[in-house]
Amino acid sequence: MQECLLEVKDLKTSFYTEKGLVTAVDGVSFTVHSGETLGVVGESGCGKSVTAESIMRLLDESATRYEGEINYKGKNLLKLPEKEMEAIRGNEIAMIFQDAMTSLNPVYTIGNQIAESIMAHSDLNKKEAYEKAVEMLRLTGIPSPEKRIHEYPHEISGGMRQRAMIAMALSCRPQLLIADEPTTALDVTIQAQILEVMEELKKELNMGIILITHDLGVVAEVCTHVVVMYLGQVIEEADVETIFSKPLHPYTNGLLKCIPQLDGDRTKPLFTIEGVVPSLDDIPPGCRFAGRCPFADSKCRKEPPPLEEAAYRHKIRCWHYEEIQRQGAFEDVAIPS
Amino acid sequence: MLQSHLERETKEQTNIPLLEIRNLKKYFPITTTLGKTKGFVKSVDGVDFDLYENQTLGLVGESGCGKSTTGRTILRLIEPTDGEAIYQGKNIFQLKGKALKQIRKEFQIVFQDPHSSLDPKMRIGDAVMEPMKIHHIGTKKDRMDRAMELLLKVGIREDQFYRYPHEFSGGQRQRIGLARALAVNPKLVVCDEPVSALDVSIQSQVINLLEEIQEQFQLTYLFISHDLSVVRHMADQICVMYLGQIVERAPTDELFTHPLHPYTQALLSAIPLPNPKLKKERIIIKGEVPSPIDPPSGCVFHTRCPYATALCKNERPQARELAPGHIVSCHLAES
Repeated sequence: MQECLLEVKDLKTSFYTEKGLVTAVDGVSFTVHSGETLGVVGESGCGKSVTAESIMRLLDESATRYEGEINYKGKNLLKLPEKEMEAIRGNEIAMIFQDAMTSLNPVYTIGNQIAESIMAHSDLNKKEAYEKAVEMLRLTGIPSPEKRIHEYPHEISGGMRQRAMIAMALSCRPQLLIADEPTTALDVTIQAQILEVMEELKKELNMGIILITHDLGVVAEVCTHVVVMYLGQVIEEADVETIFSKPLHPYTNGLLKCIPQLDGDRTKPLFTIEGVVPSLDDIPPGCRFAGRCPFADSKCRKEPPPLEEAAYRHKIRCWHYEEIQRQGAFEDVAIPS
Repeated sequence: MLQSHLERETKEQTNIPLLEIRNLKKYFPITTTLGKTKGFVKSVDGVDFDLYENQTLGLVGESGCGKSTTGRTILRLIEPTDGEAIYQGKNIFQLKGKALKQIRKEFQIVFQDPHSSLDPKMRIGDAVMEPMKIHHIGTKKDRMDRAMELLLKVGIREDQFYRYPHEFSGGQRQRIGLARALAVNPKLVVCDEPVSALDVSIQSQVINLLEEIQEQFQLTYLFISHDLSVVRHMADQICVMYLGQIVERAPTDELFTHPLHPYTQALLSAIPLPNPKLKKERIIIKGEVPSPIDPPSGCVFHTRCPYATALCKNERPQARELAPGHIVSCHLAES
């Protein structure tokens, strides 16, 4: 059993807006172990990015209210003074973002930016920091890094920029890496390269990774454990094989079914989840998914279901999962193996 | 609806194409600050394909391969550099004035980004009526009736007729874009990444809608996408593009069961499958797509191809038909 790196406990992140307090993340709990990749999946607006930004404390704290705990090495990150948080951020917990073009500073060279983060977190001098930067770039598979290091972000391609950002994030050998849609903006052949780099570096540094994505293919490919979010809540959590072979929540099941399969029947229309995700300022009183759920009844519309442990490390937020499971209502769903 | 789906699958392919594209080229000039041309971006470089009535042709490839440029050139939103597009016996690339306007009525487009393809200051009802007004179809009342009917068909309620685009979600806006394209009763609709910006649960709704509408209005689609699983679901035929050229063209099932071009093989193997039990052997192609300003000599893929030989480096491969309807541009491919 690998050591537990990070424990998010009942995290609630709310924003003060003109419409009042809007809760984007509402009672999210999960743990990340080192050497493990935790996938956080969900559609836009489900709170997956806000969860990540809460862990890093990147949100504007004058307009944000945190509740709950984020425990990292026995310390609650939410209570940490900004100075101490700075020592952890980028050093022990690093983050990579979806759009490398906007996350890198356009007026500094790649090398300058990587060396800056190295110097901020270690005692290396400028020359040593540049050498380290070259080494990190080489590690992520950038050809002739000693030349690339003098180039500006606009001079290199999207895949390269993403590699440069990974190099920057990993330059301080973090124990936890948060990757927010790291390959969404990339082409599939480049995505395959980046995912491979991340996988190799994870092994080498024995990091824990939180991978935020909406692409279930990527999740199946690299994650060991999966958290499915819907409208600010975790609705199901399990290891990757269970999520894909025996999903319990109707939303997870729907998400899996509505992507066209490469070996699926092309003549049939695709499965759909009816309706749209409700707005955060108009959250339904009962189960948040009830309005779109084919199994919902009056109980679902009135009372919010709790997150229950259905099996070891398999959590589910649904009133009727046992019944649905017994009836085999998802039968036609199972992905052929 | 399922019935009609099956019919489409079994229907014999008619032999006369609706639209024939021959040797389509689009070079964008690169100019110096003084306006002198110093080179060309060869965005589309000699592309041939046929579109058959009531069928879907999928155009796949990575960003920058020229798939969107191809789609837009057919509509003459971008003027082609060279080539022919034969529609009803006429080369539409040479049409002007009234004749061109007539063609524009029959060819429509649905764009990727539903946030920027609708005028934010125009009510959605007006947006759907606008194309009919431009083409002088019907009276104002007729246009309104038809717009309402179309919006209803794509799942927008009548009471939303006077709303503005910002009041709708991405999926709904994409539906409005589709209704607008249908307003003038087109024959061909170019769908340029119509579902790429949408969430998965909304994506499947829009895909199903596109298929329903195709049946109902007897439409021909040119479906442009980078997502191979979506294209597989939609298309009857698929063209794989790389750096401005079509490297492989085949009926959908044939392409997925027997990909012959090394690029197609790599592309197929790079798709992450939503099934953790299938740990497949991946072909990871090294490097990145070269610049279309100065594309590689010979076969455009030779710089990244694991099987490339001296021949590939020097000579551009000819398109060869290795199986019925399966055309490959590769020196080494064998059926």
